Amino acid sequence: MGEQLLSVGIDIGTSTTQLILSRLTLENRATPFTVPRVSIAGREVLYRSAIHFTPLLSDTVIDAAGVRAIVEEEYRKSGFDKSQVDTGAVIITGETARKENAQEVLAALSEFAGDFVVATAGPDLESILAARGAGADEYAKEQHTTVLHFDIGGGTANLALYQNGELVRTGCLDVGGRLIKMDKDGRVTYVSPVFARAGCPAPAVGQRITPEGLQPTLQIMAEALEQAAGLRPGRDRLDAFLTQGTRWTVEEVPVVSFSGGVADCIYDPPPDWLAFGDMGVLLGRAIAASPAFQKAGRFRGAETIRATVVGAGSHATDLSGSTIFYRDITFPLKNIPILKLASREEGGGPEELARRIKDKLSWYQDQGGLVQLALALRGESNPSYSRIQELARGVAEGLAPLVEAGFVPIVAVEADQAKVLGQAMAALLPGPLLCLDGVEMDNGDYIDIGAPVAGGAVLPIVIKTLVFHKS
Amino acid sequence: MDEKELRSMVERMVLELAGKPAAVTATRPASRQEDVSGGCLEDITQIDLRRQYLVDNPRSGQAFQDLKLKTPARLGLGRAGARYRTISMLRMRADHAAAQDSVFSHVPDEFAVQNGFVPVQTLCQTKDEYLTRPDRGRRFDEENQAVIKKTFGQNPKIALVVGDGLSSAAIEANAVDCLQAVRAGLKAYGLEGGPVLYVKYCRVGASDHIGDLTGAEVVCMLVGERPGLVTAESMSAYLTYKPHIGIPESKRTVISNIHKGGTTAVEAGAHIAELIKTMLERKASGIDLR
Repeated sequence: MGEQLLSVGIDIGTSTTQLILSRLTLENRATPFTVPRVSIAGREVLYRSAIHFTPLLSDTVIDAAGVRAIVEEEYRKSGFDKSQVDTGAVIITGETARKENAQEVLAALSEFAGDFVVATAGPDLESILAARGAGADEYAKEQHTTVLHFDIGGGTANLALYQNGELVRTGCLDVGGRLIKMDKDGRVTYVSPVFARAGCPAPAVGQRITPEGLQPTLQIMAEALEQAAGLRPGRDRLDAFLTQGTRWTVEEVPVVSFSGGVADCIYDPPPDWLAFGDMGVLLGRAIAASPAFQKAGRFRGAETIRATVVGAGSHATDLSGSTIFYRDITFPLKNIPILKLASREEGGGPEELARRIKDKLSWYQDQGGLVQLALALRGESNPSYSRIQELARGVAEGLAPLVEAGFVPIVAVEADQAKVLGQAMAALLPGPLLCLDGVEMDNGDYIDIGAPVAGGAVLPIVIKTLVFHKS
Repeated sequence: MDEKELRSMVERMVLELAGKPAAVTATRPASRQEDVSGGCLEDITQIDLRRQYLVDNPRSGQAFQDLKLKTPARLGLGRAGARYRTISMLRMRADHAAAQDSVFSHVPDEFAVQNGFVPVQTLCQTKDEYLTRPDRGRRFDEENQAVIKKTFGQNPKIALVVGDGLSSAAIEANAVDCLQAVRAGLKAYGLEGGPVLYVKYCRVGASDHIGDLTGAEVVCMLVGERPGLVTAESMSAYLTYKPHIGIPESKRTVISNIHKGGTTAVEAGAHIAELIKTMLERKASGIDLR
């Protein structure tokens, strides 16, 4: 098949903004004598932008025009036109995501960057994309081991634990390289409020510091990371730096890996500790010097400071299953929230199923009434056709209020049965209908669906896991 | 030392080597007999081979087990001396027996009638003839030809056919659900499936004779695959655009591996329906369809 997609990744982080372009190669992995099974067979980064400081208008407002100018300029330098871009993701990360106009900037940029470029945010997704960009998930799978990946940027350290290639959990600590900034003479110009909250000693603004003087602060931050990896007893340091509203369950991990700007300072720190005007170099050195981390296994990823942007460009886009059903759909569909039934709710006859779906639809009602959403089902491993018909009747009836309100019925099944379910539903519902499979999602997730590729056989999708608390 | 003394000494040594006190072994035969008479042996064919890993003291057992999930091949079975273990031997023989049964048993005659299929038979009169004379499994006598013509009429768009082929078990397990999905799918695309022909002693090439007799645009035949040791229930769909006697095999499109562990019957049916629609649009099948 050999069809290719051009994918863009844009990361607007606490300290830096970057862009990459990568080529995704699609391939039918099945023999010609069976049902097709298209998957992404290759990911190649074609262009890496320079690393820009994220332009800010003030401490709380992102310079939207500045960010857009960077993207425009990088597109020009890459030699690609944005009309060529098939897919991709913009992610707004770290402290930048907490700025007043973060949402607007994100939405505007995803529109600007290409037709099916998806807006994403949130520490969970950031952790996942960074780990995948660095290749920690692949390593865990290949080596049959457990890897804890730290993406340590300017404001936060994003944690993702992978076991044999499967994501176990994500987490976030307020540990980063730009929590303390200083001028050329080592005079402190900024201290993050994080230290006061964590009860961690830190210098005051205006104070002149030395690497030795900052040692107690660095030590405590490194210990927080060690405790997160289960390499140091206790969790007092960890809890002090845990980002508000997040959790982390400690287990001792055999292998750790690092990415983000601070990772460069672990592996090869610049000789001048004031090189970036922040504590990043010293934090990197402190982690490198940690006896606990030295004893643990280490995977050194393919990407360090670019892990998140490579994750967004090369790994955010996925493909649906290869037997799907769609009719009269205007692609792309963006930011569709997921309504998932509990597994025991999927059983039972069509009337029962319809009633349960209708009940749950009301949860997603806002002041303006119903919103466009996608119904997620697990499906069954080898259903009879009569069971499919029951399911089709139940789902069609259950989603009727949505259709009446002028929305498209979208059904996403985990088991391989979207085509048959879609065809069965097509007889019951007039107008647009979309049924896809091979996607595993949960309540609280969002999905973006692009126009069909590979001769119409599959749909590019981006699943945005906003609440990933699987512990 | 007399013979009796020697014998008792050897017995004692054997027991010590086996690591079991004499008292326990003495009572075992009796208790085992009770077990057998009261219970029922476990059905070893119910064990999922992909999850059966029998190597003792493996170095990377978990990794091997993860790999095993990706293949139905009989790997990681351990050994007893230089041989397979009893359970592996028995399972092999059980699976082989299932494959043979599937070839040699018949789809019950009621099957066609119960599901509203129109039954016909190729020139073959017995299973033996069917297995030894593939050519006769591709043609019909005049009586059956008349039935086929009457069933489909002249120049139908679609002729749906079910053939027993080499696995009756495959047809019984998959054909009905698959066809229901095909029909519903065709309906969704504005097409009619029409009647279904059931062919006894059927080879794939029977499609060509049916094509000649009726002038059908697409003949879609669901047929039992030659069973292997992985499953005896695998079915294929052979789709041919305007088949006629002498058409090259390369003009057929095949969807194989339709069974509960491969492509499920219903999802395959939905795929087949779309394939039929595509063939009618593009007026081609097999390698011409690429």
